[in-house]
Amino acid sequence: MQQPGLYLHVPFCRSKCPYCDFYSLANTSLIPDWLEALVSEMALYKGRFGTFDSLYMGGGTPSFLPDFGLETLMHQVQDHFVFVPETEISIEANPKDLTPERVSRLKSLGFNRISVGVQSFDNGELSFLGRQHNARDAMDAVSRVRDAGFANVGMDLIYGLPGQDMAGWFHTLETALSFTPEHLSCYQLTIENGTVFSRMKKKGNLTPIGEDLEEAFFLRTSAFLADRGYLHYEISNFARGREHVCRHNRKYWDHTPYLGLGPSAHSFEDGWRWWNVRSIREYCGALKSGNRPVEGEEALSRAQMHLESVALGLRTREGFAHAEIHDPTARKRLEELEAAGFLLREGTRVVPTMKGFLVAEHLPLYLCGDGQP
Amino acid sequence: MENIRNFSIIAHIDHGKSTLADRFIQKTGLVDERKFRDQILDNMDIERERGITIKSQAVTLPYRNKDGVAFELNLIDTPGHVDFSYEVSRALASCEGVLLLIDASQGVEAQTVANLYAAMEHDLEIIPVINKIDLPSADIERVKEEIEVDLGLDSDQALLCSAKEGTGIQEVLDAVTKHIPPPGGSAGGPLKALIFDAHYDPFRGTIVSCRVFSGSLASGDTIRLMSNNAAYRVEEVGIFRLAREPRKRLSAGEVGYIISGIKTVSDVRVGDTVTLDSDPAPEPLPGFKEVKPVVFSSIYPISSEDYHSLSEALEKYKLNDAALVYQKDSSVALGVGFRCGFLGLLHLEIVQERLEREFGQSLIMTVPTVRYRFVLTNGQTVSVDNPIDYPEPVTIDKALEPYIRASIMIPERYMGMVMDLCLERRGVNSRFTYPTPGRIEIQFDMPLAEVIYDFYDKLKTVTQGYGSFDYDLLDYRESDLVRMDILVNGEKVDALSQIVFREKARARALQACERLREEIPRHMFKIAVQGAIGGNIIARKTISPFRKDVTAKCYGGDITRKRKLLEKQKKGKKRMKMIGSVSIPQSAFVAVLKSESK
Repeated sequence: MQQPGLYLHVPFCRSKCPYCDFYSLANTSLIPDWLEALVSEMALYKGRFGTFDSLYMGGGTPSFLPDFGLETLMHQVQDHFVFVPETEISIEANPKDLTPERVSRLKSLGFNRISVGVQSFDNGELSFLGRQHNARDAMDAVSRVRDAGFANVGMDLIYGLPGQDMAGWFHTLETALSFTPEHLSCYQLTIENGTVFSRMKKKGNLTPIGEDLEEAFFLRTSAFLADRGYLHYEISNFARGREHVCRHNRKYWDHTPYLGLGPSAHSFEDGWRWWNVRSIREYCGALKSGNRPVEGEEALSRAQMHLESVALGLRTREGFAHAEIHDPTARKRLEELEAAGFLLREGTRVVPTMKGFLVAEHLPLYLCGDGQP
Repeated sequence: MENIRNFSIIAHIDHGKSTLADRFIQKTGLVDERKFRDQILDNMDIERERGITIKSQAVTLPYRNKDGVAFELNLIDTPGHVDFSYEVSRALASCEGVLLLIDASQGVEAQTVANLYAAMEHDLEIIPVINKIDLPSADIERVKEEIEVDLGLDSDQALLCSAKEGTGIQEVLDAVTKHIPPPGGSAGGPLKALIFDAHYDPFRGTIVSCRVFSGSLASGDTIRLMSNNAAYRVEEVGIFRLAREPRKRLSAGEVGYIISGIKTVSDVRVGDTVTLDSDPAPEPLPGFKEVKPVVFSSIYPISSEDYHSLSEALEKYKLNDAALVYQKDSSVALGVGFRCGFLGLLHLEIVQERLEREFGQSLIMTVPTVRYRFVLTNGQTVSVDNPIDYPEPVTIDKALEPYIRASIMIPERYMGMVMDLCLERRGVNSRFTYPTPGRIEIQFDMPLAEVIYDFYDKLKTVTQGYGSFDYDLLDYRESDLVRMDILVNGEKVDALSQIVFREKARARALQACERLREEIPRHMFKIAVQGAIGGNIIARKTISPFRKDVTAKCYGGDITRKRKLLEKQKKGKKRMKMIGSVSIPQSAFVAVLKSESK
């Protein structure tokens, strides 16, 4: 079993982006209470989960936290948990927050991986996405991170925006590559329920680009980045070599244990999954009165573990173990899917092809039946 | 007997029949307000939802008129669909009069006329009642004129009421006592009681609803059913309140029930005459007819391991539905199931819905068909009501299909469109009569196969709801028939085969392929849907694959939600049938007959 990962959820943002359905608030007055609660939550798990080899600070916008907040968190985390020496310590950051002072502070606090929320290098697209920064800000931020000596830099990009053409997207990609980032997350725009974009779509003010273009964007992105030496290791994630695969995020996809702290964070260990309440107030309230801030939990049955192993595996280049499929009907379907070019056998693993990646959410329905898919 | 009145309410759909019945029940104090449930007579969910009455029921209302005279009013409810026209005729035969209910804003409509004719055939007293007078759009004068002109009734007799508001109810009940004659017949003669309904009670067995025309019966008597001479000992007789209310005796003129240890409703025939074993009537009441199924379809469980559960459900369901017949059937595509015979399409849909809703079954029903006859080259004649049994083409000497006489009544202005529809459905030998000015009755000889699916819907569409339709079976006539098969990705799906008129085979095949293209969800691969006769492909449609469904993000907080979605989709898939690697939804098996998309 691999070593567990620790996730800290920072539920604050300078402003809410119209496409994002992660839980966050623009209200900073709750930061002190949240910090205190988070430290109490750490105490609940002290000594559990063994030795971590990754720490991931996500959100929200962790870089939005004031210095004292980041310092408190880093110190408390080390007081409560044990880490291997070479732990991957990541933080998500907004270009606007990455001032020279902040970048060096992050370095001195021990962060060794920064994921910059660039989203696009096109000012029109950035404003459509409701971002506070422009392309210049993004380029400056990435340069500063590089100059500060960060050896593991990633960028988050969004593509497939309404009206975007291939040339526009490749301009953003090329600009990103000019910094030779170790990691790229390229997210095709998804209209999530409850977001501003979803309301715009319902009113007819936002038209998704459609299946044909989605497919084309996806395939060309993959081919282009492969050509530049990037490993397409998950649907939306690319690494400049195997060693730059995000160690923390991988744990979500292969049932490695992870502990998530903070409002709405999910945790998983030995077939159990539990998740915290979303509301910051409820989260703080629970911990103040000495309770676990857990909203729900589930024990996964064998069938559910199997379904998840296949479904999550299909989102990655690792695929799933061939041994997962033993039912004769499912074996037959597996062969059909291999013959049809959706899947490939690689030793003991079954891995998705590009064609398979595209329908990764549908493939498990064929493979994980109860006799009948 | 002077103070008994037997009557029925007849109306076009939605003109307020059930609401008026409910008012009667309230007004006569049969039920207190608290217990009152809307539309008490229609006690099945399906009836409630569709707003139609499927099975007839009766209720005896105690009523004191304005002069203080006590009456027993027997309200006999009638089903409102052409599939059950025989049941309607038996319910009407049990009455002396009817309330012809007309919506004050809609006026006289197709079913109003058809119902009026049915009532006239039974020589019943007809009281026109204009309902919904509370509506802002009510136009009483116009409706009165229609009653005079279109129906040929005396509009001065028409009563005004609002069943919804409860106004005019007393006047309607008084008119029932005043204008509808008391029942005739003598309590002294040999027993003759007409069975107009039967239903099953899990504790008491079959409850027979009947109208006594002469003589009387009491518990302890031995009765005989005159159609099959079966004898039973009477355990209990009584009348219908909201629940059954036992009585010592049922006598001439009365409406009530008999419990006599009859196990299933299939042992009694609606329209049969009940008499006494000790003093039998010399001949039965007129009008008995054995109702035979005319539409056939197979029922399969979606998951083959549910066969036994389906078998039990059918057995239980059958206790309450004498008209359904079934036997074991099997298909290469769908496994083991049952071949069923129905009175018509509505009957089929009711059976399907009740098996699914009340008995929790997940079903696939195959394309409904009629019963064909084939004379083979060896001189033998075979009946075929399942396309699987279609004989080898080279052995067929002559093919025959059942014909009906369709009677369609419409306002004159729709004549052109209705003629076109009937001719398109291979109608021949047309005749016209003009029952009232502005109305026309069209009769056609037509293959039954052409009307079983959507003819009635089509008729209603082209006549904007004004067309009424009724039919009688005529005979078998020579025809040119072929079996049209459907192939999904090259694999023949036997449950989708149809026997069709050769000239229409190509059009039917295209239609079936188009419907399947709409019904079968996109898969990851291309699906070819083809229609074929023998080895010849005569139609083809393609279902293009979906190419991308993957969403961008899947981190810690997304996994449970995504898995739950997959589990839900898997459940949905279980309700589909796998043909090769193609999942076909249950709706597809009947949709192939539809001429238009939903």
